[in-house]
Amino acid sequence: MQLTGDRFTMDTAILGNDISTLPNFPAEIRAPQGTLLGVSSFQLHFADHHIQTPGDAPDVLVAMNPAALKANIKDLAKGATIIVDADEFITRNLTKVGYVTNPLEDGSLDGYKVHPIPLTTLTVATLSELNLSRKDAERSKNMFALGLLTWMYSRPTETTEKFLTGKFAKKPDLLEANLLAFKAGWNFGETTEEFSVSYQIAPAKMPAGKYRNVSGNTALSYGLIAAAKQSGLQLFLGSYPITPASDILHELSKHKKFGVITFQAEDEIAAVGSALGAAYGGAIGVTSTSGPGLALKAEMIGLGVMLELPLIVIDVQRGGPSTGLPTKTEQADLLQAMYGRNGESPVVVIAPSTPKDCFAMAMEAVRIATTYRVPVFILSDGYIANGSEPWRIPGEGELPDLRVEFAHTEENFMPYSRDPKTLARPWAIPGTKGIEHRIGGVEKADQTGAISYDPTNHDFMVRTRAAKVAGVQVPDLEVDDATADAQVLLLGWGSTFGPIAAAVEALRENGQKVAQAHLKYINPFPKNLGAVLDRYERVIVPEMNLGQLAMLLRAQFLKDITGYNQVRGLPFSTTEIIEATMAVLSD
Amino acid sequence: MSWVWRLFYSFYSAILFAELGLPRENIVFISGIGCSSRFPYYLETFGIHSIHGRAPAIASGLAISRPDLTIFVITGDGDALSIGGNHLIHALRRNVNLKILLFNNRIYGLTKGQYSPTSETGKVTKSTPIGSLDTPFNPISLAIGAEATFVARSIDTDRKHLTEMLQAASAHKGSALIEIYQNCPIFNDDAFIAVKDGETKGATLLQLIHGVPIKSETHGVIMENGSMKVVELSLVSESELVVHNANNPDPSYAFALSRLSASELDHVPIGIFRDVARPEYSTMVNQQIADVIAKDGAGDLASLLASGDTWEVK
Repeated sequence: MQLTGDRFTMDTAILGNDISTLPNFPAEIRAPQGTLLGVSSFQLHFADHHIQTPGDAPDVLVAMNPAALKANIKDLAKGATIIVDADEFITRNLTKVGYVTNPLEDGSLDGYKVHPIPLTTLTVATLSELNLSRKDAERSKNMFALGLLTWMYSRPTETTEKFLTGKFAKKPDLLEANLLAFKAGWNFGETTEEFSVSYQIAPAKMPAGKYRNVSGNTALSYGLIAAAKQSGLQLFLGSYPITPASDILHELSKHKKFGVITFQAEDEIAAVGSALGAAYGGAIGVTSTSGPGLALKAEMIGLGVMLELPLIVIDVQRGGPSTGLPTKTEQADLLQAMYGRNGESPVVVIAPSTPKDCFAMAMEAVRIATTYRVPVFILSDGYIANGSEPWRIPGEGELPDLRVEFAHTEENFMPYSRDPKTLARPWAIPGTKGIEHRIGGVEKADQTGAISYDPTNHDFMVRTRAAKVAGVQVPDLEVDDATADAQVLLLGWGSTFGPIAAAVEALRENGQKVAQAHLKYINPFPKNLGAVLDRYERVIVPEMNLGQLAMLLRAQFLKDITGYNQVRGLPFSTTEIIEATMAVLSD
Repeated sequence: MSWVWRLFYSFYSAILFAELGLPRENIVFISGIGCSSRFPYYLETFGIHSIHGRAPAIASGLAISRPDLTIFVITGDGDALSIGGNHLIHALRRNVNLKILLFNNRIYGLTKGQYSPTSETGKVTKSTPIGSLDTPFNPISLAIGAEATFVARSIDTDRKHLTEMLQAASAHKGSALIEIYQNCPIFNDDAFIAVKDGETKGATLLQLIHGVPIKSETHGVIMENGSMKVVELSLVSESELVVHNANNPDPSYAFALSRLSASELDHVPIGIFRDVARPEYSTMVNQQIADVIAKDGAGDLASLLASGDTWEVK
């Protein structure tokens, strides 16, 4: 299903529609088929105008079996179109998910436009001439369905055909089967009387330029490669596979011709340790993980704080605690990122807001880490990591200059001397004559970096490390307050941008006055954040945790915050944020 | 304890900077936590005194991204074999170009005297007042089992032998592990007296010298029914002794040697157990990159960003 969704997304993106996707799949590799928990879905929202989210209520559902119908029907818009594989609606499958009667026959789907189509039979019949087992033939039914939708929405067929040709280049039997099924689906739409209309969706208005579709994990990987080029440094990724971060390891592993080193370490600790070792040697050291992996890395990140070396820690958050919900999204690692280490251990924390924003934020992480010689966290999450949207490809002239300077040979080199402006210590890499020095996790003496147990020095160093992070230059928070007199501010962070923006749009269309601001820099906060908070009577913070950003804001600004929190493993719907805001507005 | 370090410093620096001809700025010592791990502070090279057990992980990242450096990992029996066991075995199997000096004093010294993974069963310590129940690791056996390409044993006070082992390890391309028996005068004094005492060591130490029969002053190693066995020299002829072959590709040979000594230290092989060639990890990593660039050219960022399906908005 994920493949079918990806293809339809690509064919749609190429037409210039704005898109937003929500892949949703079980954690198991082969979850029990036909059960509610085993349903793998791919939600796509596309439009001839700018959109922010994958949408709350789909207008079309393609359900390949009764389980898929049952799992999704509650979300559908009124009068939605439902296409089902009629072959799958047999007693055994119906009973498995608790249907007592067949919903295709018992009237429970009245009010929807239901199209029961024998997708399996049609696909198998199409492929009867081929020398395929029935099982292999049945597997092509997703391509039949894709062909049908491609016809319904007037999408081009060439790109999917080209994709299939590449994917099955070494398996000509399967290539032929998939192509035939895809075409048969398209032809079925063209000839059947089941569908009276097909749709044309005009391109959305977007700034001029060259576009592609991009997921958060891909954009993050590209951002790191771009940062390596802009800094002239080698990119080193130390990583241990973990859902939903593994795609970053996979993506970067493909790009050796950029000099990228990827190291699949023996565990999460070695992954971050190797990245720190590479950073010590003058590379951009990066580690990518999710919550449980981050917990394991904590001590090494503390060493990074002590050594004051650049280190990038990517946490693609998922449901927790413990193993939690590996394939579902959540934002509950914020406090772990901020405080999940022993001692006073400040790090920089930033959070991309959308899939495409991951590109720019990856470069920001490198800028901050190399300028201030400090660990920087990138808090992504499963939603924007796997979700995708159109991305205007930036020209190389639009990328920041990230060049760095290493320490040079000098007499009386002081490894813990500091740049007065940034408080960064020198990045003094091995191989440089005359600046040989020893560093370590034991408290350092100011300037010399020698071991020091002196109480006053420790107090000074703790405060200096904190001041360094607090002084990191980040852009001011921009506030979107269309009428400039709103009393209520919706303040989000990370991946909640889309649903909040969609809600604000809808509220304003409804005559409500609301302001929106979105935090991408969480430690340190933008300098103007306190002033922004003061401007509004009520501040609503929607987040996919039980109030972690709200806690930080209350603590730092003594501002009362109204939290809106849910941890269902899915992004917010626009509707629920509208309702939460209306409750405050009418309070 | 600082006299030990000063002693080490004096001859390590002599070896590394002079005899091996390595420029000081290209040497990095990375240690973990424990008595052994203060080591980098006594040198004038680059160094990191890192966290408990993780030195091989940090060193691996540095070695892979900077193959021009000579990197030593300084560790101990607790650091390498207990909390850091995972990193040690994986560095060895990958054959990363690290010279790992494992100072084995069979005790936790820095935490003031608990038993370690090499302490003998029954050891009475603060955490085992009526004796340890654990079976100890044999670090040499462990390293060989982890596919190590260079494994040696030496003794802290035998400067000449240790120097030879360091030179051989430095010349080896890939991971090299040297187990160094080290006395802890505070918490485990005289643990290695049998291999240090002038009166006993001659009979205890089975010298492993490539191409030479394996023997001590009084005993030798023979093969009997497919197994190695230590026998009195007076009972066998010289021609029956096993002639040491450190380059034997079969790891079971070096493993059998490693099993000749156990906790009680009756007969202790000393020297290079195994020294075989296998491609070094950092070299291979960087070769893969060079090969891809030679084949496809260096990466072009603009074409990467615009890869896949794209469309123009006017």
